[in-house]
Amino acid sequence: MRVGVVTFPGSLDDRDAARAVRIAGGEAVALWHADADLHGVDAVVLPGGFSYGDYLRCGAIARFAPVMGELVKAAQGGLPVLGICNGFQILCESHLLPGALVRNDSLHFVCRDQRLRIESTSTAWTSSYEVGQEIVVPLKNGEGGYVADEATLDRLEGEGRVVARYLELNPNGSRRDIAGIANERGNVVGLMPHPEHAVEPLTGPTTDGLGFFTSILKGLVEA
Amino acid sequence: MARVVVDVMLKPEILDPQGKAVEGALGRLGLEGVTSVRQGKTFTVELDGEIDEERLAQVHELAGSLLSNPVIEDYVIREVTA
Repeated sequence: MRVGVVTFPGSLDDRDAARAVRIAGGEAVALWHADADLHGVDAVVLPGGFSYGDYLRCGAIARFAPVMGELVKAAQGGLPVLGICNGFQILCESHLLPGALVRNDSLHFVCRDQRLRIESTSTAWTSSYEVGQEIVVPLKNGEGGYVADEATLDRLEGEGRVVARYLELNPNGSRRDIAGIANERGNVVGLMPHPEHAVEPLTGPTTDGLGFFTSILKGLVEA
Repeated sequence: MARVVVDVMLKPEILDPQGKAVEGALGRLGLEGVTSVRQGKTFTVELDGEIDEERLAQVHELAGSLLSNPVIEDYVIREVTA
């Protein structure tokens, strides 16, 4: 199982994402923003960080990187894609996911271990969890407020496309406490918190994040 | 040389915490009666040669895709100097 991890100029968590893939039992394949080739990978992670310095808007310039043209086509064809933090922002800017991420309502960069509830297990990235399962993973963002118009929010809720919700505290003003969403098909997931930082007891608050990476491997084996 | 000025503003229904912070600061600095501040961006794009309809259409296209995110922002082309 080969899972690609894209590095953009300013990506930060690409190594941790690759490590999470390996710990879950997969092969991590480094993909480069300027290379318009997915090298035949079975799934892709867009990692966290500050692509292009977050200039203009987070993810706005990365969206037009050569690799993204191929990725958007493949994702529309069903390739599993997980965007974490900056990766989520890039997926929204690419219109693979609806809505947008805006400045935290507090104006502060927030870094904390965040409790979440998994709301949907019918995506390519959450099948290892149970509906309603609570997990704790790190969260770190300055522009993580999820916004969309009411009709879009209602549709996401109605179609079971809210993947995870913030519990105890809404860290960034996200509408309806939304921490992550999926596309209609469930192959594309965007998540503001960082499961890739919670895959080993030594370096994470929990190992709760590993499920995102085992989900994709399980799905690929079954496919 | 031609110049195009593009203004980008958050849509009215999108919360603007930066504008709110500026609003508070203006009040603290003694400006009375401030009811709202919204913060936006201005892009001044300078181009070699003349600007014709085709190039202006290109600028519109990019203003609505790269310079602004239509999910949360509106843009206006405020000034075109041929």
